[in-house]
Amino acid sequence: MNPTVQTLLYLGTVVVILAVLHVPLGEWMFKVFTDERDWRLERLLYRVVGVAPRSEQRWTVYATSVVAFGVVSVLFLWLLILGQGWLPWGMGRSQDWHTALNTAISFTTNTNWQSYAGETGAGHTVQMVGLTVQNFVSAGTGIAVAVALIRGIARHGTDRLGNFWVDLTRSCVRVLLPIAAVAAVLLIVGGVIQNLDVPHTITTITGGQQVIQGGPVASQEAIKLLGTNGGGFFNANSAHPFENPNGWTNLLEIVLVLMIPFSLPWTYGRMVGDRRQGGVVTAVMGVLYAVSVGLTAWAERAAASGLAGSLEGKEVRFGIVPSVVFGAATTGTSTGAVNSMHESYSALGGGVLMINMQLGEVSPGGVGTGLYGMLVMVVITVFIAGLMVGRTPEVLGKTIGRREITYAALASVTMPALVLLFTGASLVLPAARAALLNSGPHGLSEMLYAYTSASNNNGSAFAGLSADQPWLNLTLGGCMFIARFAIIVFTLALAGALVEQRRRPATVGTMPTHTPLFATLLTGIVIVLAALTFFPALALGPLAEALS
Amino acid sequence: MTMTKQLWAATRALLALTLLLGVAYPLVVTVAALALPGRAHGSLVTVDSHPVGSALLGQAATGPQWFSARPSASEYAGDTSGGSNWGPAAPPLAADLANREAALRAANPQAPAGPIPADALTASASGLDPHISPAYAAWQAPRVAAARGLSLADVQHLIDTHTTHGELGFLGADRVDVTTLNAALATTAR
Repeated sequence: MNPTVQTLLYLGTVVVILAVLHVPLGEWMFKVFTDERDWRLERLLYRVVGVAPRSEQRWTVYATSVVAFGVVSVLFLWLLILGQGWLPWGMGRSQDWHTALNTAISFTTNTNWQSYAGETGAGHTVQMVGLTVQNFVSAGTGIAVAVALIRGIARHGTDRLGNFWVDLTRSCVRVLLPIAAVAAVLLIVGGVIQNLDVPHTITTITGGQQVIQGGPVASQEAIKLLGTNGGGFFNANSAHPFENPNGWTNLLEIVLVLMIPFSLPWTYGRMVGDRRQGGVVTAVMGVLYAVSVGLTAWAERAAASGLAGSLEGKEVRFGIVPSVVFGAATTGTSTGAVNSMHESYSALGGGVLMINMQLGEVSPGGVGTGLYGMLVMVVITVFIAGLMVGRTPEVLGKTIGRREITYAALASVTMPALVLLFTGASLVLPAARAALLNSGPHGLSEMLYAYTSASNNNGSAFAGLSADQPWLNLTLGGCMFIARFAIIVFTLALAGALVEQRRRPATVGTMPTHTPLFATLLTGIVIVLAALTFFPALALGPLAEALS
Repeated sequence: MTMTKQLWAATRALLALTLLLGVAYPLVVTVAALALPGRAHGSLVTVDSHPVGSALLGQAATGPQWFSARPSASEYAGDTSGGSNWGPAAPPLAADLANREAALRAANPQAPAGPIPADALTASASGLDPHISPAYAAWQAPRVAAARGLSLADVQHLIDTHTTHGELGFLGADRVDVTTLNAALATTAR
C-alpha cells in the first residue's frame, strides 16, 4: 500500500474513533466531577482515608494533598522495590538503591522512565502492587489537577477548588478502572499474556533453549496506556510481542493513549458552560498531533529508501506507518511507551518525536496534564494577545493580572529550564558522557532526549543511553519530581488566583477565546515558545545529524 | 500541621487504593484470563505435544533447512528484549548491515539476485520479532527446499499457509510467522 495513503487511512481511523468516543467519555467525566452523590465503594474508601467528601479545599490544601500523596507514593514504592527479595514472586529480581529511587519517582510522577529492564528488575509483586497502582493513581492525580484548574476558571468569588481525595478516588473508580478492565480483556483476546507464571525455559524447534516470560501483563498494559504512563512490563515495552502482538492490539493501544486526553477538553467545555472553549482546545491538540504524525511518517519514508529501509528498531508486524502513529501518540501524550526504537529513527523522525515532548506535552498531552498544560498556554496566549492589541487580558471573564501570569509563566518555564540545564551539565561531565551509545550529533540527541523525556514526565528514551548509573538516575529522578510537582503547584496556584475573582461581563473589548482566530494564535504561541527555547539544542542534535 | 494530616491521609489512601487497584484488579483479570488459557500463557507452539516456543516470539534457528528470523540485538534470549539502538548513521550499524548481507549471500547461493529484503538485514525493536516479510521468506525458500529435498512450490505453499495479512490492509503489515513455519517443517519432516 502507498505509505501516504496508509498514513491518511490510519490517521483517519484514529480520528473517527476519537471523534465518536470523546463525546460520551467527556460527558461522563463531566458527570463524574460534578456529581453530588458518592458510590458505595467510594464511601468506603473515604472512611478509610478519613475524609469528608463534601468538604472542599483551598488551593494550598489541595496542593499539599497532591504533594503528600506523591511523597508517600515514592517512599512506599522505593521500599517495595528494595524489599522485593522478601516478597512472593520476587524471582531474584532486584534494583540498586539509586535505580529503585529513580523507578519510584518515575512511576509516581506518571513518567515511567525505566533505568531497569522489566525482565530483571521487577517481579510480579512489584509490577502489580507497586507499578500497576501508580499507573492508576498518577493518572488520577493528573485528572484531579486538571479538574481543579477547570473549577478555578468556572467558579467565581470562592476560594474552594474541590477535594483532591474525592477527585482522585472518582478518577480511579469511575473513569480509569472500568475502561482498563475492558481494555485488559480485549488485549488478552488479542494475545497479550495474563498469568502468574514464573519464567520457564523450553527447548526450541532446533534444539536450543529459550526463556518464556510470564506475568500479569494485560492488566498492567491496559492502564499503562490508558493512564498515559508508558512503563513496559518488559524492556522492549510495546514492541515486545507479549505486550503488543498484532495490528489490532496496536490500534487499541494507540486509542487508549489518546482517548482521555482528547476527551477532557469536552469535560472542560461542559464545566465552564461553553462547549466551544473545549472545541478550541481539542482542535489545537488535534492539529499538533496530526502534523507530528505527518512529519515523522514523511521523515521515516524518506529514510526508507536507504539500505536499512527504516526497519532497524521496528517490528515487521507493524512496519513504518503503525510505528510512526504510535510514536507520535506516545511522545505527544507524555506516555513514553514505544512500539519501535526511537533512537533508530531517522534524524528528523527522532527529532520530531523530541519536539513533540518539548512543546510541553500538549499534543494532546498526558491524562489531565495535557489539559492543564494547554490551559496554561491559553492564559499566556491571552496575555500576549492582550499586550499586542492593548486590551485587558481575560479568560472567560477572569482577568489575567500579575499574579495569574506569574504562576502561568513559572509553570511553563520549569520544564525548559530543567531540560537545558541538565543536558548541558551532563554533556560536560565525563561520567555522564560515558553512558552514551552513539557519538557525534546523535549522541547529543541521546542526552537531550533523556532530559526532555524526564522533564516532561514522558518516559520514552533514545534507549542506547546506559541510564542505570547514579548521576543519571538521580538527576533524571530530580527532573521528573520537580517537573511534575512544581508545575502542579504553580497550576493550582493559578487556579486559586482565578477562582477568587468575580466574573467580569464580556464587553466589545473582550477578546473571545472560542474562535478559529484564537485557536490559530494558541497554536502559534505553543510552537513559537518551544522553538525559541529549544532551537539551538535541536540544531546541534537532530538538525546537524540530518544535514551531515 | 496540614502537611502531617495530609501525609497520614495519603498513606491510608495509598494502602486502600493498592488493595483495589494492585491486588483485586490484576487478580480478577487473571481469573478472567482463564477463559483463554492458550493466549494468556503466551500462545505456545507444540511439536509432539512438547512446547517448542511461542507463536509470538522469534527464536534462533541455524542451518539451511530452517527459515531464519530477523537479526536480533539480544540473540532471541527470552530474558532480555530490546533493539540495537544504533542511530541511522552510526558506523557500527553500517558494519552490521554489510556483514549480515555478506553472510546471507554466502548462505543462500540459490537466492534470487537483486537487493535482499530490508527486514533480513535489520534488527527488530523487541529482539524477539517472530515475523519476516513474505519477500524475505520467498527469498529463503530455495535454500530450504534444497536442504530438505522438497519442491520450491511445496515450500512456497507452506509459507503461504503461515502468512498473515496486514489487518485491514493498513493497521499492520503482511508477514510470515517463522516460529510456526519452522514448527510445521519439523512436523512434516517425519
